[in-house]
Amino acid sequence: MATTVHEPPRTETPRDPRLTNSSGNAGRNLVPAEGNLRAVRDYSPPPASTGIWVVLASITMTFAALTSALIVRQGSALDWHHLVLPRILYLNTIVLLASSIALELARRRVGAFMTGRRDRVDYPSRWLYITLFLGLFFVAGQYVAWLQLRAQGLFLATNPNSSFFYVLTALHAVHVSGGLGGLVRVISRLHRSVLRKSTLDATSHYWHFMGALWVYLLLLLWIKI
Amino acid sequence: MHDMSAHTVQHHAPTSFIRKHVFSLDHKVIGKQYYGLALVAVMAGMFLSWLMRIHLGWTNYAIPGLHILSANGAPGNVMTPEYYLQLMTMHATIMVFFVLTTAPFTAFGNYFLPIQVGAEDMPFPHFNMMSFWVTFVGFLVLMSSFFVGEGPTLGGWTQYAPLSAVGSVGGPGEGLGVVLWAASIGIFCIGQLLGSLNFITTTLDMRTRGMSMWRLPLSAWSWFITSVMGLTAFAVLMPACILLILDHVAGTSFFVPGNLVINDQLQPHSGGSTLLWQHLFWFFGHPEVYIAIIPGMGIVSHILITNMRKPLLSHRVMVYSMGALAALSYMVYGHHMFVSGMNPVSSLAFSFPTLVITIPSTIVVLMWLGSLYGAKLRINTASLFALGFISMFISGGVSGFFLAQPSVDIMLHATYFVVGHFHMVMGVAAMFGIFGGTYFWFPKMFGRMMNETLGKLHFWLTFVGAYCIFMPFHYLGLAGNVRRYQAFVADYLQPLIPVHRFITVAALLTGAAQLIFLYNLIHSRFWGKPATDNPWEATSLEWSTPTTPPPHNNFGDKVPVVYHDPYQYGVQSSVGDYVMQASPEKVKTAHDEA
Repeated sequence: MATTVHEPPRTETPRDPRLTNSSGNAGRNLVPAEGNLRAVRDYSPPPASTGIWVVLASITMTFAALTSALIVRQGSALDWHHLVLPRILYLNTIVLLASSIALELARRRVGAFMTGRRDRVDYPSRWLYITLFLGLFFVAGQYVAWLQLRAQGLFLATNPNSSFFYVLTALHAVHVSGGLGGLVRVISRLHRSVLRKSTLDATSHYWHFMGALWVYLLLLLWIKI
Repeated sequence: MHDMSAHTVQHHAPTSFIRKHVFSLDHKVIGKQYYGLALVAVMAGMFLSWLMRIHLGWTNYAIPGLHILSANGAPGNVMTPEYYLQLMTMHATIMVFFVLTTAPFTAFGNYFLPIQVGAEDMPFPHFNMMSFWVTFVGFLVLMSSFFVGEGPTLGGWTQYAPLSAVGSVGGPGEGLGVVLWAASIGIFCIGQLLGSLNFITTTLDMRTRGMSMWRLPLSAWSWFITSVMGLTAFAVLMPACILLILDHVAGTSFFVPGNLVINDQLQPHSGGSTLLWQHLFWFFGHPEVYIAIIPGMGIVSHILITNMRKPLLSHRVMVYSMGALAALSYMVYGHHMFVSGMNPVSSLAFSFPTLVITIPSTIVVLMWLGSLYGAKLRINTASLFALGFISMFISGGVSGFFLAQPSVDIMLHATYFVVGHFHMVMGVAAMFGIFGGTYFWFPKMFGRMMNETLGKLHFWLTFVGAYCIFMPFHYLGLAGNVRRYQAFVADYLQPLIPVHRFITVAALLTGAAQLIFLYNLIHSRFWGKPATDNPWEATSLEWSTPTTPPPHNNFGDKVPVVYHDPYQYGVQSSVGDYVMQASPEKVKTAHDEA
């Protein structure tokens, strides 16, 4: 049968760090464009860069499922009573968004540090600590919001709206805590000078996504249809 | 020096027993662990089906020793109606999740996807290890429900609300049993999400030089497509399980409606939606059917092509068809709910894509049959099971045309017709894919050949046996035999009992025939004929490894480079009628010779 035959590739390609994927094999993940080996793309992303979008897609599906559940449950009976959201949630929102800004500032400084333009590690790590602190503040703030609802007599099973409130905020807080773990990992790797750009990028994508997801959840819980 | 990209996370071959065989990061060990889990699970699932079949054939027969499994469920060794339902639920849950998802997708996929793309491992080996152990814990949690409280849940693998959400008032196992079920499946979902993350990134980012997407073998394509489905489907089932658990332990009312009275007791819930559970479940549940069968399609294509010594009519159409099946599977899930009280307009909306999905299914089948036409197929156990897969897929798939139409489905939905349909098209077909994959890849995984004579005997007994079991189900369904009944006492069902007895005998014999497979598996593992590196004269990268089984990093020091499309058969080369993907040899065709 007929087949496409290509010239053997040049295997002596100089080792460019950009071509090294996370498993350390230079050129392993080079992909020939259009199946033609002579026109190899010189760069494909390390798996963490792709993986983070896979993770975010999965989290999106989880919260999309819960959103549809909320809408269906709201319309299924007349027992839905709207909550007045605790005011601290708005403060928490500002804190979480501020943490995203802090992380972006940190990211730029990490770049300056890793390329040697700045030589003090606390130059970037200060802003990472600020991000971490704001993230912890957010989780603590969410806990305070639960205590406030509790004080009003609104528990998990009190009303379908309170049920969804606790489920959505708790699940989001669990995911934010995962992001905090990621930040700790970034800080630790930065101090050991073994931080990879893809790790930092993945962590920051995740963190910003948590911020956007929170704004979405807040609107979902706030809107009264 | 602060280089941000050149650091490596390469893991070296472990030396301790624990890191080598238990908490291993090696995708090959994890693949074998998944296979072992599926093997244990399938024996448990099949054992349960034997108990059920004996009960259905001879309802009052005392099965010796059954009371040991459950004193309450089988007083005097005779199964109670509730216990029958508990066994049925566990049979289905074990088979769907821990066998049909685990074996073809995560077991073979883990072992062979990285090798077929030319990588030395998955990109996130720790997640990969977690994926298996999380799944294992999920299995233990599920099986633990046999031994606690009133035993496992009886609500069926679909766990329809409100029965599944009202607690122990719903019957034995509907309290703790359901909580354990939901916890187990929730845990299983986490394992599958971690697995899917690795599968997707392996395929997209870890391909070796020259391995473009279109040069991936069909098995690799099928695992990739399945992992995308797994990522979206399991991410929906997991929160559904959380909500179900909360209805039990926290008193919420997600799925239990108000004013529900069970056993003269008003249930302390209000306003929940029973349909909500069905929507969440089937949004996962229908893609799950394809998660079970698409890897089989890939494996079967891979086996057939190797044994036909020619590629399929169109590699790309096959990939597009599998992709179309995956995409459409999300739009058809409502066909499981035609009789649920859903709006009839919704039924119509779900019926249309259900009929449309038969198009890519048919294309897939025609692709196999058209390619087989005129091929000199090498008959071995693997290729026989591949043919068996096609046979089962067609036989089970044809009944799908009928069930896709709401007006027909309303009559057949709660009958054995549906049981026959899904057992053939999804259960047995997928099992044949697993068997085919086992016979085909065993030499690579263990360095020894399986016994072909025993393999062929296993195939014929299983093939004939499976038809004897599941074809009569269709007849029973058309005769109005209701499913999920533990005994057939109604007048109109009496004449059907001999058919049930025939099925029971067939199930026992077919099940016994699996002992041949088990013997072959264990015996060949230790005493089988040593395998060469490429016993089937195949082309894909798993057959290019320097040793068999492959070394820790799969390809030794030599990173493979891919020069060819995956299936270069029927050509002339220095090794025979094929050229391997990693061979730089130029392919001569008959045309070139002329």
